[in-house]
Amino acid sequence: MTATMTQCLTQLVQTDYGMTDYQSEIEPRWCTGCGDNAILTAMQRLCRDEQLPPEKTVSVSGIGCASRLPHYMNAYGFHGIHGRALPIAEGIKIRRPDLSVFVTTGDGDNCSIGAAHWLHAVRYNMNMVVMLHDNQVYGLTKKQASPTSPKGLTTNTTPFGAALNPLNPLTVTLGISNVSFVAQVVDWIPELLYEVLHMAYKHKGFSFIRILQRCPNFMDHHFDNWMQDPARTRILTHSDGLRLKPELSRVYKKQETHDPLDMPRALALAALTDEVPVGILYKNPEVPCYDELRAGERPSTPSLVETVLNEEFDKVGIWPAETAEAGR
Amino acid sequence: MTSDSMEAVADPRADEGDAGRPARSRPAEVLQEHIVEIVSDSGEGAQRCGQSLAAIAARSGMGIWTVEIIPAEIQPPPRSVAGASGNRVRMAAGPVTNIGDQADLVVAFNEQVLLGRLNAGEIKPGATILIESGWQEDMHPGIVASYLKVCADVRAKGYKLYEVPMGKECLKFIPDPRKGKNMFALGMLCAIYSLDEEAARAQVRYIFAKKDQRIINANIELLDAGRAWAEENLDIAYRIPAPPVTEPQVVMNGNAALALGTVASGMEVCAMYPITPATSASHYLSAIFEKVGCVVHQAEDEISACCFAIGASYAGKCAVTITSGPGLSLKQEALGLAVMSEIPLVVIDVQRGGPSTGLPTKVEQGDLMAAMFGTHGDAPKVVMAVSSIEDCFHSVITARKIAETFNMVVVILSDAALATAQQPFRRPEFRADWLAPPVNQSAVPEDAHPYDWDERTGIATRFIPGQPNGMHCLTGLAHDRDSHVAYDPATNEEGLLNRSRKLAALQTTLRLEPVHGDEEGDLLLIGWGSSRGAIQEAVDRLRAKGHKVSSLHLKFLQPMASGIDTVMKRFKKVMTIENNWNDPLSDPLVTPDNRRLSHLAMLLRSRWLVDVDCWGNSRGQPLKPGEITAAALAKLGEVK
Repeated sequence: MTATMTQCLTQLVQTDYGMTDYQSEIEPRWCTGCGDNAILTAMQRLCRDEQLPPEKTVSVSGIGCASRLPHYMNAYGFHGIHGRALPIAEGIKIRRPDLSVFVTTGDGDNCSIGAAHWLHAVRYNMNMVVMLHDNQVYGLTKKQASPTSPKGLTTNTTPFGAALNPLNPLTVTLGISNVSFVAQVVDWIPELLYEVLHMAYKHKGFSFIRILQRCPNFMDHHFDNWMQDPARTRILTHSDGLRLKPELSRVYKKQETHDPLDMPRALALAALTDEVPVGILYKNPEVPCYDELRAGERPSTPSLVETVLNEEFDKVGIWPAETAEAGR
Repeated sequence: MTSDSMEAVADPRADEGDAGRPARSRPAEVLQEHIVEIVSDSGEGAQRCGQSLAAIAARSGMGIWTVEIIPAEIQPPPRSVAGASGNRVRMAAGPVTNIGDQADLVVAFNEQVLLGRLNAGEIKPGATILIESGWQEDMHPGIVASYLKVCADVRAKGYKLYEVPMGKECLKFIPDPRKGKNMFALGMLCAIYSLDEEAARAQVRYIFAKKDQRIINANIELLDAGRAWAEENLDIAYRIPAPPVTEPQVVMNGNAALALGTVASGMEVCAMYPITPATSASHYLSAIFEKVGCVVHQAEDEISACCFAIGASYAGKCAVTITSGPGLSLKQEALGLAVMSEIPLVVIDVQRGGPSTGLPTKVEQGDLMAAMFGTHGDAPKVVMAVSSIEDCFHSVITARKIAETFNMVVVILSDAALATAQQPFRRPEFRADWLAPPVNQSAVPEDAHPYDWDERTGIATRFIPGQPNGMHCLTGLAHDRDSHVAYDPATNEEGLLNRSRKLAALQTTLRLEPVHGDEEGDLLLIGWGSSRGAIQEAVDRLRAKGHKVSSLHLKFLQPMASGIDTVMKRFKKVMTIENNWNDPLSDPLVTPDNRRLSHLAMLLRSRWLVDVDCWGNSRGQPLKPGEITAAALAKLGEVK
């Protein structure tokens, strides 16, 4: 898109946004060691690097630990109700293409109470970034099993162990019509967290990132096996996906070149249980976006409203002249 | 009909005045009003016939009111008592505000649907009935027997029965009379009510406008054939003298008026989920909204529809969500969010019978309390009710303005009776001030807060995404003036006070509408919503007989305008008339201590400590002036 002269001039005089410009005056109140802190930092870094005007950035969430994130961003925020972040974000986006919309949700918020919205949001493919903070447990309500909790997990609602196998947010998302961007990343590799978030932002459409996130309070050491054994992390690289820097490449040796358009392989990777795939599983920029499909051909103006109303009234109109004629 | 009989009417007005002669040879009897029902199996087009009759009558200047007769199923079994589908049309020389009491004339496509209406008590004793006579030649002996028995019974009870070979006549023009009999019936009715031939043809051309010319021509042939047959063979002809129309009018049903009102109000986003009887408003809106650059979003469920609308409104685009009772329940948590975060939102609830799936196609005024108090916690919302088709149109405009001025949720209560009822009203003249101003994107002053509640009104100017310096995190949690989460008692109460204060501020602007009838007397009837016309007609009938009865109709239910108590105290008795449940005192278990009252009665009693009684029913039917008259007479018996 070409910028107008005015825009260029405005940008010249504008001070650059730094990290602190995206930090609200409220200190994050997440627990020490909570993965949410890393996600917040990655998001603020993205805003800075993309120089997103805070007033044009909207962070939307539902309810849960993760959903406190909008309070900590210096941007417009909408801390909604449990499970409903996605429809709220869709409403914000439907007639405001100028706003950058980020959705923060948790495994309970997105995969349980708001699961219906998740399926349909993928299908709408509206242009927004969705971060699923998946710590595999309910934290804010004090340790209940979530849909992504591993089988056997002891919680306050499953004192004898969770009875069911967990739901896999990646395979579910990949299976929905119109899916256009699915990635997975972990909170303990901040560089990759940032890279994936950045790619999600650059993708036009519904960019869904599952972020495996540590909960030191209720799921302490849960991800230790993965954190301590880099061989259990499979980095997905591609010229159209992640490109690993040498320092990370030395640590994470298990790498796979994965074409983000290869859906069968994406599904196979998503279903891995002993390893964590990190990177872009699927990316298809050709999927139409609902916000663009429904954008309308013309803006609403008073004269347009008047014209259409009169057209409709004419169809059901009764006029004095006609009546007089009919009465004769 | 033979060619001989065609010739026999070559000189139709040869002589006049003899009973039993065909219509064309008799002067039409002049009536002030008549109620007509057209009933058929589902899919035979009786509804279209009725709606068309109403439109033609309205164009001729008559007052009309129509209501659909709808079975719950899309395709109920044919020839079933419960399957009656069609339309009732009340036509009068003057304005009509309700559906009236019992039908004067019925066109029935089979004897079972006729039985359905007779059993329901909807047909006036001695009424005229035109029935399809083809059933007497049916190949199934059971059907023939049933038809003959019903005809004999109906005659024995004093109804004036005409057996009409509608199917046989239609076969002269089309292969399947099921698809076209309705236009033949329309032609007959136009003849009976002396309606203009060309106006009727124009209506047929209008309703088939999207079809090809052959279909239009075939239907006009059927229309003309129906008219000709009636003029030949029927000895009934009426004329309802209509005063000339002096100003442009439009005729539509309540849901169409809600849709057009939505366009006129400057809404930009409608998010909805299909539910009866609200959906037809969204259907109409879907067809026209994009023409004005706006969008109807069919969400995945009621909750997301509400949240989508809240999101759009938060982003500065006026939004509405349209639903019916069960959908209102599902939206309640999200409405609490809109109340708490002070996001303007208009909710249209086209009420139906409840609870649960209840009577999805039928009317009830059962959602008043749910609209007012259905959200958890203290969640003040504006609740207004529409009482006519014209009111449906203008109320959306008013609701949008209130919602955006006060940053509040405004619930508009319509119902299934208004949804499908048609009525002509003065053609609205567009005004640019109906629309919302453009989204504010100007910079917010440095020292402003997102919840700078005004001390007098409780109103805070909200900041819309895109406004520089306005960044804040809106939340459903208790919050202070900066929208920061605050759990302390004082801040919580400050928020509650200001949200509540907005209702009080709105209340000071409300005006009570004038009392219908004298300002004082023996009995005051108070109503809300679609029953207005029926209540006022009942009052008129009673007053004509010398009874000191008046009525008051409430548009705003929350908040209510001042002065209601003053009016109530001028009457010896006060009774609400509501289309919702109240326990009958005739029930042996019901006492004044445990009697459950109608919604408005409870509200009036609690606020003004006046002994307000209530009368109403939940039969799934609009309240009728006759039954209201009877209830009022019974109440008048208590006046000492």
